[in-house]
Amino acid sequence: MNTDLIYLDNAATSWPKPEGVARAMAECLEREAGNPGRSGHRLSLAAARRVYAVREAVAALVGAPDPVRVIFTHNGTMAVNLALGGLLSPGDRVVCTGMEHNAVMRPLRDLEELGIEVVVAPCDREGRLDLEAFARAVEAAPTRIVALNHASNVTGTICPVAEAAAIAHRAGALVLVDAAQSAGCVPINMAAMGIDLLAFTGHKGLMGPTGTGGLILGERVNAAEMKPLIRGGTGSRSALERQPPDLPDRFEAGTVNFVGIAGLGAGLEALLAMGGPEAVGRHERELARQLWEGLSAIPGVQLYGTPDFTRRVAVVSFTVEGRTVSEVGARLDEEFGILARVGLHCAPAAHRTIGTSPKGTVRLSPGPFNTPEHVERTIEAVRRIARGA
Amino acid sequence: MDYGVVLFYTTSMALKAEKRLKAAALDVKLIPTPRQFSSDCGFALRFGWADRRRVEDLLAESGVETAGLYPL
Repeated sequence: MNTDLIYLDNAATSWPKPEGVARAMAECLEREAGNPGRSGHRLSLAAARRVYAVREAVAALVGAPDPVRVIFTHNGTMAVNLALGGLLSPGDRVVCTGMEHNAVMRPLRDLEELGIEVVVAPCDREGRLDLEAFARAVEAAPTRIVALNHASNVTGTICPVAEAAAIAHRAGALVLVDAAQSAGCVPINMAAMGIDLLAFTGHKGLMGPTGTGGLILGERVNAAEMKPLIRGGTGSRSALERQPPDLPDRFEAGTVNFVGIAGLGAGLEALLAMGGPEAVGRHERELARQLWEGLSAIPGVQLYGTPDFTRRVAVVSFTVEGRTVSEVGARLDEEFGILARVGLHCAPAAHRTIGTSPKGTVRLSPGPFNTPEHVERTIEAVRRIARGA
Repeated sequence: MDYGVVLFYTTSMALKAEKRLKAAALDVKLIPTPRQFSSDCGFALRFGWADRRRVEDLLAESGVETAGLYPL
């Protein structure tokens, strides 16, 4: 590992991982990797216990009603696909926001072809949802699901989920929240915020490995009515040739990513040891604010998103006049060892909303292990690039 | 001591039941499903048969679905 690197791409995947993550995974591989829930022997039981403990930890983190309503998937995208594909039928209507990631937009555009109506509620150029226009969109016709991007991966803008959920529930819709950028750095309470379906990824703010994520079902969701994304063996009700009704088995056909889930458990432990989402979010936002202030003083640098740091996560998007985003990204990496992500960030809808389509932006996303010194060096690097030095 | 077992449809429910009953200070243990029972779930929860009523009540109120309680 090059310790000189400044990793500012935590919105893509958090790095480095807390040291306990690799240790937990190695422990499973070397000492106790039975198949969780398939056999009755001690290694199977040990694995099943670990998986269940992580279900409990995830449920506790987001105020989920019951650990068995935590469905593990391989990432956040799969969780979103499960929710949308599982609950929508031709003739249904969905309202999403103008800040959605392709994890939501692509499944929706696909479902549109099957006869599901998709309405995009507008956000302003800072990525803020217009609640009045949103309410009009939701109330215009019976709506089955409202899909909300909790925090934008382009501008960091946080969606007013509780307010939007109240509007959605009054209209009888279920609320799906894509928490890819918020889980781990924004406190989430499903019951208090009115979230019926929470899609999360394990490898970003929860500090676990890739290959982990999940969908958490609130009490309003009738799981028996929801179609699984994949079907197959679950280790339960084996005589049945149909997918069983039990949670979480109904939606977890095939062996779960036990080793990855063990790593996710260690990531969650580390997150709590750092003070939990509130404290980690505060640390990251302070760095983002420092970055925002430093970059805004550089001539030719244009920043995107809201300057209101109470309403955003630590994602800072910018462009430099006269420089392409790829040029800026490549120079940050090659000359300064600063790792950013450039382009459209899999979120063309969000870039159209903020007016940066099709060229995109340079995105810097501080994480729990970044320091003010990293940010200082990054501001200086951008200053040199902008100056043409 | 006479024992009984709770059988389950899923591993998650077996683990949830174990947790609930241990929290109520009942002497329970997850064991491989005894051979005389045919169960889908590899684990069964062994408990003292005298606690049967208590076990049933606690599991019912915490929403744990079982495949039945049987004497060992």
